[in-house]
Amino acid sequence: MEINKKNNGVSASTTATQPLWLLAEITYQCPLQCAFCYNPTDFDKHTQNELDTDSWIKVLRQARDLGAAQLGISGGEPLLRKDIEEIVTEASSLGYYSNLITSGAGMNEKRIDALKDGGLDHIQLSMHDITEEINNFITNTKTFKLKQKVAAMIKDRGYPMVLNVVMHRYNIDHIQEILEMAEGLGADYIELANTQYYGWSLVNRDQLMPKKEQVENALKVTNKFRERVGNKMKIFFVVPDYFDDRPKKCMNGWGEVFMIVTANGDVLPCHSARVIPNLEFPNVKDSPLKGAWYDSPAFNKFRGDDWMQEPCRSCSEKENDLGGCRCQALLLTGNAEGADPVCSKSPDRHIIDQAIKDSQNPGVEAKPIMFRTNENSKKIDKGDEKDRLAKFHATP
Amino acid sequence: MTIKTKDIYKIAAHHRFQWEKAQDCYVILFPEGMVKLNGSAGEVLNLVNGESTVESITELLSKKFTDAPNIAKDIVGMIELALDKAWIEKVN
Repeated sequence: MEINKKNNGVSASTTATQPLWLLAEITYQCPLQCAFCYNPTDFDKHTQNELDTDSWIKVLRQARDLGAAQLGISGGEPLLRKDIEEIVTEASSLGYYSNLITSGAGMNEKRIDALKDGGLDHIQLSMHDITEEINNFITNTKTFKLKQKVAAMIKDRGYPMVLNVVMHRYNIDHIQEILEMAEGLGADYIELANTQYYGWSLVNRDQLMPKKEQVENALKVTNKFRERVGNKMKIFFVVPDYFDDRPKKCMNGWGEVFMIVTANGDVLPCHSARVIPNLEFPNVKDSPLKGAWYDSPAFNKFRGDDWMQEPCRSCSEKENDLGGCRCQALLLTGNAEGADPVCSKSPDRHIIDQAIKDSQNPGVEAKPIMFRTNENSKKIDKGDEKDRLAKFHATP
Repeated sequence: MTIKTKDIYKIAAHHRFQWEKAQDCYVILFPEGMVKLNGSAGEVLNLVNGESTVESITELLSKKFTDAPNIAKDIVGMIELALDKAWIEKVN
């Protein structure tokens, strides 16, 4: 018997598949200030006009009708909203497999019980390090003990224990100890997510990017650990694409399986799609999700391969990665339709090689980290940090 | 792992097996994952309920699909795969 792995649902449009995952970025407010946050650097302006509870419930129903079965409730910190319990209860009755993606801030005994009663399926908790020092430094908050406490609560309530650790220069050498900590906490899954450079992590790339040898060592340690624990703890190691010579198939394809609805109701095919200029994304306040997914110019823009330029267009490997990440192409080369510069066939690969070279000598040019605060978001949006960002772009 | 006729299995903890109308198929959902099952795989897992033995599942499906000569072998193969993927666990 065969298992159908390809997400090739039949739909009204000839090319579009059905959305299977809905990510609800329910608020951009967050008490933590993580230097690597993937949220947009201009998040501050989206903290106004958050969708209300009824609008979210409408979003859940519409996405479920379209085929979405996995639901991530994310942010910012979703627990800052008082209506998460209500939203989770609705999600459960609709048949979603629901996941609360949290830093732990705002969790307590009463809320975790209410979430369990509401039918929440699992909680993904972010962890940062085995040391209180690094945890507090990278999040710019005193949250180490809180995370340990929330981890125990999750286990106690019988949830699958899913940990997410964003890896960067400050914690990557602790990977063995981090894995041991996860095992000690009884983790069922741990995602070691090497920082990808968008949003705040791009702003802080000089400060965060590990050396190549550090990444290689981390992979080695992880593989050895995986051999020992086997199926007991599933370990996902997300390879940082800068150190690869082929780009990732970003979001499994633009508008293929993922649909993101942001705090203010924008409907996006990926978290950072709004960085691409001249693309107008639909908003749930004006457009039902069905139209947004199937008919909006933004969702159709990078579907299939008609949009591709050379060297992607005639590349024999184009099906493997669909040209890589559109946002990364835009952010680093200025051209959203070009090849992801991670690809060794891209004429812009030298940008990535330079970044790798720079990471060998950290600190030479490094500025202080810019933490993810509302104030810094306003500064970047105003253009105060142009110099800091300009250096990542290709020089023509 | 050898599958025996008297074995009983259930859907593994933290996994959910359900019918998806929009996809017109059964799926398995778990943290960070979703697998769409083809028709025959779905039929087998639909009977993996923590009560039925492999033997009774085979008996039921043999009656339903009379034109499938190797059905017993296929069912064991599916159960082996599901066990290997940790979608199901042994009860007895």
